[in-house]
Amino acid sequence: MVPFAGYEMPVQFEGVKPEHLWTREHAGLFDVSHMGPCFLYLKEGLGQPGAHEKISALIERLVPSAISTLKPGQGRLTVLLNDEGGILDDLIITRMPDANLDGMLYIVVNGAAKHDDWALIREKLAGEAELQTADDRILVALQGPEAEAVLTPHFPEAAELSFMRCAHVQKDGERYMVSRCGYTGEDGFELLLPNNETGLAYVRGLLADERVKPIGLGARDSLRLEAGLCLYGHDMDASRTPVEADLQWVIQKSRRERADFPGAEKILKQIADGPAEKRVGILPLERAPAREGTEIHVEGQLVGMVTSGGFGPSTDGPVAMGYVRADLATPGTKIDLMVRGKARAGEVTALPFVQPNYKR
Amino acid sequence: MTQFTQQTTFYTEDHEWVTVHGDLATVGITRYAAEQLGDVVFVETPEVGKTFKKGDEMAVVESVKAASDVYAPLSGEVIDANSMLADSPETVNEHPEGEGWFCVIKFSDGAETRNLMDKDAYFEFCKGQ
Repeated sequence: MVPFAGYEMPVQFEGVKPEHLWTREHAGLFDVSHMGPCFLYLKEGLGQPGAHEKISALIERLVPSAISTLKPGQGRLTVLLNDEGGILDDLIITRMPDANLDGMLYIVVNGAAKHDDWALIREKLAGEAELQTADDRILVALQGPEAEAVLTPHFPEAAELSFMRCAHVQKDGERYMVSRCGYTGEDGFELLLPNNETGLAYVRGLLADERVKPIGLGARDSLRLEAGLCLYGHDMDASRTPVEADLQWVIQKSRRERADFPGAEKILKQIADGPAEKRVGILPLERAPAREGTEIHVEGQLVGMVTSGGFGPSTDGPVAMGYVRADLATPGTKIDLMVRGKARAGEVTALPFVQPNYKR
Repeated sequence: MTQFTQQTTFYTEDHEWVTVHGDLATVGITRYAAEQLGDVVFVETPEVGKTFKKGDEMAVVESVKAASDVYAPLSGEVIDANSMLADSPETVNEHPEGEGWFCVIKFSDGAETRNLMDKDAYFEFCKGQ
């Protein structure tokens, strides 16, 4: 067990590698209750015509993605920006599926940043929207090719969902959220459950399935790294814009045209001219892993830094990502990875290392 | 100068084993350490000819989880390193106290073995971990 975001979290159960491979072949259950689920809703006019447009206009002050164009039950990855266009957090914003809850968004932010995120949203939207936190509930992720088959007997709604779609289930007056998403590159779901015996019974029921094993933080990290997904505080932070982090795809065309998000001037200029540095995949060509903090050199010059790195159990070799000077960001560019003072051969590569298995 | 006419194995608090014979010491990590690390994916053995003082960082063993330093259990010069580990780091998991050895040190002060543990003491030490 290790301290993480104010919680005690398991690094591993039977081992990082077997847990990682199990998730890619079967289904892994991750306790992500440390994360920050919450509901943001209009103070007035919930479920009335135009309510989604109103709540979208509010949250779009803080994020560069088009929230207004979300269909009922649809979610989208986005980033919370500061006024300089720096990334304060990454988050998933979902439009509630129910017509009578139009004007309410289901938002999940990172555990380490949740208190700051919530304070910022409340401050910026004071008087117009209410934020109800839900991190006192159980949040688990079920990930892997067998996740749908495992989950469907418990939540038949799950089978109907495609990637980034969400169902809202009311049972005994409790709100359950079933979202088809995750952070492993595999198909899977995130479940928000009540923190009581009923909620726990669902978790036990999933764990009792022989296709499911509990997975710790170690494999969660190696799975997301192989999938080329950023870890906040490592692969992106307030000093990086979405363009530098290679996340400009979260900024839809309508938002670029309106240029009405924080740091828009800087970000749009970077989209047009290219950033000075960019996040890329890094493939060490020798067996030594290049971990976070490893310097990247070209011809003896420091040109970048590894921000996440380790060993990929599915690729059976070291994998990494980091930032390099933009002129070196082309896949195939040869680089030196300075591991414990020794230059180890590597190259810039396209992400992800493992192709995603999402149900589109 | 302490000489070991019989092969004797000692253990360190950093979970290394040291088998001494004459003035040579073969060094590796213990089964307990290998199990704690999980799947070993890379080992950086020391260069032959390098000298270390007891306690210096001498080698690195990397698992999927993290990189861990291996410290010189005795002062001396590295006279051999296990080249097999470069291509087969998993040997450390399979045979940590045999084929998964890291290096051989020609040690300079046999008296340094005095504060190493014997097998029974190491077993007790692990129970307390």
